[in-house]
Amino acid sequence: MLDNLPSPYYGKFGGMFVPEILVPALEQLETCFLGAINDDAFNDEFYAMLKTYAGRETPLTLCQNISPNPKVKIYLKREDLLHGGAHKTNQVIGQCLLAKRMGKQRLIAETGAGQHGVAMAIVGARMGLDVTIYMGAKDVERQQQNVFRMRLMGARVIAVDSGSGTLKDAINEAMRDWSASYEHTHYVLGTAAGPHPFPLIVKHFQTVIGREAKQQVLAVEGRLPDALYACVGGGSNAIGLFADFIDEPDVSLIGVEPAGKGLDISGQHGATLGTGSNGILHGAITKIMQNDDGQISKSHSISAGLDYPGVGPEHAFLQDSGRVTYTSVTDQEALDAFHLLSRHEGIIPALESAHAVAQALKDAQQRPDGSILLVNLSGRGDKDLAQVMKHSEKEAH
Amino acid sequence: MATINTGNKNRYDKLFNDLTERNEVAFIPFITLGFPNKDQCLKLIRQMVKAGADALELGFPYSDPIADGPIIQKANIMALNAGISRDDCFDILATIRAEFPNLPIGLLLYANLVYGTGLDETYERAKNVGVDSILIADAPLREISTFKDAATRHTIQQVLILPPDANHEKRQAIANLSEGYLYLLSRSGITGTETRAGIPTRDLIKELTTLNSAPLVLGFGIKTPTDVAAARSAGVAGVISGSAVIEQILLQLEKGNDINVSKFIQAMKRAAKRPNRMAR
Repeated sequence: MLDNLPSPYYGKFGGMFVPEILVPALEQLETCFLGAINDDAFNDEFYAMLKTYAGRETPLTLCQNISPNPKVKIYLKREDLLHGGAHKTNQVIGQCLLAKRMGKQRLIAETGAGQHGVAMAIVGARMGLDVTIYMGAKDVERQQQNVFRMRLMGARVIAVDSGSGTLKDAINEAMRDWSASYEHTHYVLGTAAGPHPFPLIVKHFQTVIGREAKQQVLAVEGRLPDALYACVGGGSNAIGLFADFIDEPDVSLIGVEPAGKGLDISGQHGATLGTGSNGILHGAITKIMQNDDGQISKSHSISAGLDYPGVGPEHAFLQDSGRVTYTSVTDQEALDAFHLLSRHEGIIPALESAHAVAQALKDAQQRPDGSILLVNLSGRGDKDLAQVMKHSEKEAH
Repeated sequence: MATINTGNKNRYDKLFNDLTERNEVAFIPFITLGFPNKDQCLKLIRQMVKAGADALELGFPYSDPIADGPIIQKANIMALNAGISRDDCFDILATIRAEFPNLPIGLLLYANLVYGTGLDETYERAKNVGVDSILIADAPLREISTFKDAATRHTIQQVLILPPDANHEKRQAIANLSEGYLYLLSRSGITGTETRAGIPTRDLIKELTTLNSAPLVLGFGIKTPTDVAAARSAGVAGVISGSAVIEQILLQLEKGNDINVSKFIQAMKRAAKRPNRMAR
């Protein structure tokens, strides 16, 4: 046994609320992870793969045209340029290396927008692992290109019909699989949510985003940015960007949730931190969207990756402590930002990331001259083209 | 101040003592409260008790039952679609308790049904309607203290689940803590009839007995009288069967028949009584 195990809690949030049958698998993962990150060979392999296979470091791009105040600079951390098209690949490489270390050849995962699933298919193909992806039936429908991508690279994609047919149901199904298969299967949870130690592991492997961004902005500006922006579904790209700035009190940290069709319409948004209450979902005490009986509510967002009625427990903690401010933008605001960034910067953002861009654009109007804002452009928008096209057609009629 | 109501606390003790004397094991059906709707659920529960169920394990329908297979998931969805609320569940419980004052009644809940709505409120209401025990499917040993403390405050017996592959340390801790009975998992995975029950080894049962465990009740994959008989000869004190019961009901609903689980319950209970040989 290792001494000084990390706490499974973030204040009153977190924990390991899973059926007893899964506890040994999670404890084995924790032990493996703690050993791995103190092992130079593991870290060397991880960073080598990030560099030579995934394409790190990703650039920091200064927007030239979209800032509403030319004296307020908006930088984009370009995770959209990472292999796979989103930040997801960072931690998938990390967890697949952990699976290898545990001798587990079969990998399962859930996916919402399909980005985590694609990253899994990519790394699975590269490392010769057997990959099964659970995806909500509704998401399979709206992300068909990503489904094809996954299958192309050899992953098995299973459409999940139960519940709302979205991300939360895909997580349920993956956990059900794992509770029978844990001996030879590793569950690669795709976001900084779920039971301990997933929030810890996902954050660790995503921290590279903020660490690079910090060095990059210091190199060009000679100072830290005034505010960071990241979209929050489960919250992995946000925690990855924020982690290295949490102890920098002069940097505002802003997490952006999906307000969908409006926060006042129940079931039509995914603003868990904005409107939720304390509960237990997918293995952790966190903020969740639920009714008075404790039933999990349906969420909505135009972006499948943010369509989730829970959130990582550390975000619930950071909201409580006041260190991070969580806001939300609507489907329409995100779409507007999607078009603006495409048209004026030549960058097509993922609809998820467009939420963070939209909030930064709003804030840029209020910020004093000379401010520096940094947005995590967590993914690229190719996967969203069909949906945006459909939406534009609807608008036209 | 909570008062200790020893009368209620002893329903399981009394049941298991009586059954031991009669050389029987307990047959405990599980059903989702409000499945397929409130009235039919009450009717089913009455049928089950009259057909020989020794105790009941009842679940509140939940939107995200991660430990359950397709059959119980379906029961959950049907109950929720029938508009069954938390209040309805407590109503059914109160009715059942009034009709069967000596029947041990256990709840099988998901953590958020207890935590998200207020820990003490849930345990208190359960106590008030005469519930004996609560088991939380997604509260393992390492997180149990939150729930166990509330159970103690409201004199509810907190049942824990023991997986078949648990190490000695965990077996000891769970044997120590579980009250009323100990839910022995027959196998890994989720509930359902697709994967048959595993039968615990004599060594495991002997070890748990030595550790002064509460009576052992085997669950997951208990589908037929043969499974019950196998569990019985392995030396457990009872079996829980959920998916198999619900599967029967779903089949009858599909055919448009009147629902009746009496025959099934009787057959299962017969296997819980009979020494190894089948009836002549």
